[in-house]
Amino acid sequence: MKIDWIKKSREGIQIKNGLFYIDPIYPVKNAVITHAHADHARPGHNQIFATKETIEIMKERYGANFCEKFTAYDYNQNFKIQDINLFFAPAGHVLGSAQIVINYNNQRVTFAGDYKRQHDPTCLPFEPIKSDIFVTEATFGLPVFKHPDANTQIEILIKSIQKFPNRCHIIGVYSLGKAQRIIKMLRTKGWMDTIYMHGSLVKICRLYEKFGIDLGRLEPATVKDKPEKPHEYYKGKLILAPPSALSDVWSRRFPNPILGMASGWMTVKQRAKQRGINLPLIISDHADWYDILKTIEEVSPKEVWVTHGSEEALIYACKKKNIKAKALSIIGYESDTDI
Amino acid sequence: MKRFSELLLNLIYTTSRNDKITHIMNWISGSDTEEIGWGLSVICQELEIPKVKSSMVKEISFSHLDKYLFELSYDYVGDMAETISLIWPEEINKEKKFNQASLSQVIKDLKTITKSEAPELITNYLNNFDQNTRWTFLKIITGGLRVGVSSRIAKIALSKSFNKDINEIEELWHAFNPPYRELIEWINGKTEKPNVQNRAIFRSPMLANPLEESDYKLINPTTYLAEWKWDGIRIQLVSSNGNVKLYSRTGDDISKSFPEISSFKFKQNFSLDGELMAGEIKNPGTFNNLQQRLNRKNPSKEIINSVPTFIIAYDLLILDKIDLRSKNILERRKKLETFLKIGKFPFIKYSEEVSYRNFDDLEKKRLKCREDFNYEGLMLKSKVSDYQTGRPKGPWYKFKRDPFNIDAVLLYAQRGHGKRSSLYSDYTFGVWKNSSSNKELVTVGKAYSGFTDKELIRLDKFIRTKTIGRFGPVREVEKSLVLEVSFDDIQKSKRHKSGLAMRFPRIKRIRWDKPACEADTLETLEKLAN
Repeated sequence: MKIDWIKKSREGIQIKNGLFYIDPIYPVKNAVITHAHADHARPGHNQIFATKETIEIMKERYGANFCEKFTAYDYNQNFKIQDINLFFAPAGHVLGSAQIVINYNNQRVTFAGDYKRQHDPTCLPFEPIKSDIFVTEATFGLPVFKHPDANTQIEILIKSIQKFPNRCHIIGVYSLGKAQRIIKMLRTKGWMDTIYMHGSLVKICRLYEKFGIDLGRLEPATVKDKPEKPHEYYKGKLILAPPSALSDVWSRRFPNPILGMASGWMTVKQRAKQRGINLPLIISDHADWYDILKTIEEVSPKEVWVTHGSEEALIYACKKKNIKAKALSIIGYESDTDI
Repeated sequence: MKRFSELLLNLIYTTSRNDKITHIMNWISGSDTEEIGWGLSVICQELEIPKVKSSMVKEISFSHLDKYLFELSYDYVGDMAETISLIWPEEINKEKKFNQASLSQVIKDLKTITKSEAPELITNYLNNFDQNTRWTFLKIITGGLRVGVSSRIAKIALSKSFNKDINEIEELWHAFNPPYRELIEWINGKTEKPNVQNRAIFRSPMLANPLEESDYKLINPTTYLAEWKWDGIRIQLVSSNGNVKLYSRTGDDISKSFPEISSFKFKQNFSLDGELMAGEIKNPGTFNNLQQRLNRKNPSKEIINSVPTFIIAYDLLILDKIDLRSKNILERRKKLETFLKIGKFPFIKYSEEVSYRNFDDLEKKRLKCREDFNYEGLMLKSKVSDYQTGRPKGPWYKFKRDPFNIDAVLLYAQRGHGKRSSLYSDYTFGVWKNSSSNKELVTVGKAYSGFTDKELIRLDKFIRTKTIGRFGPVREVEKSLVLEVSFDDIQKSKRHKSGLAMRFPRIKRIRWDKPACEADTLETLEKLAN
């Protein structure tokens, strides 16, 4: 199939000679953004098109001047940029995350952005949309990645907290999406204790609550204002922090903690060990290998393009199913190097 | 098998030494004698499964898994056992016979199976285990456990479990093969202490710490004696009632590889600590020469003649059934010297003392140790030290020669294995070769250590973003990053395009600031090699 209105450029994926870009890495005039993770949603663009949740998160992170102008859309609301028709469809990755569905020249191209198929109580589930071209990520694009049901991992966490009442648990989570998903899943399982948070997680949690997602009792994981020594106070407590804080001095204020990490990478034992993780939790906001293949089947595209991740394996698997496939090898989306 | 698998998982994810010991003790308390023996042999990496090799497991995988996807996955994960355990399509209805098999059962099955029956048995186990148990099962076959437990820690856990002295356990350990039945029955109080007096057993050697600057003040001729640090491999030569054994540093029996030594008919019973060297006493060879003899199980006459070996003896542990290890080193060395003088063994040389006036004098000797003969440095031993197992801090120091340093350019990178799994951590680097018409980079070596975890992440990112070519798992990168590389020695070799090979190259510094054109040239390196 010949598509000459989509090109790869330094900035990212370029539509119709620079009319707009998808998740551009450098500042551009018009940016259509799939979700608010920092590597996809960067500040400094002239005009941004995104879901209203994504816009709100960007505002919170980058301040009110994150772009000159923005337009916020609901899911499945049609809009136009010049003569190109678009809408956002849920991607199930984090709050506000969207696939960008473009209809032009009698062709439908869907940019999935980052997505997952497992249940997430903090965002709408991924909607497969039949397309001519499906542009997918392949962060976990290898058959070694088969993420277990995240509920089993939450149960492991709760059991560990109960088993070690004299230690505290510090779990490394991304501040947008993973943190809130884990909190909400714990609440759904009836675990109602106060959850303590590294400062960098607070803002986004408050924002999720504004969107009607009740996260229960949350408090900052401070030490100075506590009536007892931190060692005593944090016994049996759960603390969430960004992954980088685990190896930082920050985590040393809580003596003898159990260090956990919630990530798809925890599948690989030596990778967990390398990070000094005691409690690996395989909870991912990306589709695993089997879910990527399932999604391709449901979208039933004529062609698959892979943005980033382990492209080789996915391209090979598509070709085996007689689906044309190619790698876009976009540099700058960091999910494959994130921990 | 499941219990043992849980133990290994606990060990991987535990950082504290004491917690590791507690985990092993908990497991020991719920295991029988045989299970303890097999389990410890896995942890100490002493178990051998001669009929089932990694290559066979790989073959079996290919009949169930797509070969290309397997190779990509293996490259990513960096560990065969883990890759197969993750990718293996699991049976939903598990057969109890395999799923519930004990560790002892599994190992006995693997040890007794014939080659033709092995694929079916292995497939049955893989089908019926859960992922973690599959991983344990495959690790038993492939080795390379990497759970962060030394055999010392395992033995400490054993000694604490049954209140037996760790040194007594250490002493007897090497006299038995897995599952060490007689040894463990004695430890858990079922039987008397086994008598190993008449066997040529390996005894754990005494190891040295590197001499730090803060230790310099301790060193003077009245407190420490000095010897050259020879550039061979550490060995133990044991003779007991006509039985002669040569052991490597880790207790592997390497007698068969060196028949010129192990076939000698010694009259005395003794155990001697020393260095195995290539060449002859009057004309010692280099480590490079010795490498031609290592890992050869049945060396030919030709190779024995062209690369003979000899021993430089520096300590005597046992002589005529008397254990000398509690005596001090001066006494032991005197006994050794006399023993060698009387014996006149043509292939054992006494390690002479290196005399020095004071620390500065010693330092001068160290700096010159590449000059007349390529010594690895100096060994410093406290004159009042007895012979202890392990690596006690204080009595023995190694005072190594300085490494060479050069600036090289990063050329290729590959994903690492084991602890560095899934990051680009193996680096091939090169230097400039000037010819009449142009200047090109030629490869000289490969390094995968010396950098911090933070630097690794930055290097990994550099490689991903600066890739200009791919050859299977290897990425060729833009020729722009200078690596300062340290290495112990350099020799002529056909392995690399440059015609040189480095010994133990590691990254000293990453020169993000230095332009590639300023890296070193081949001529500089050739001078070092001469």
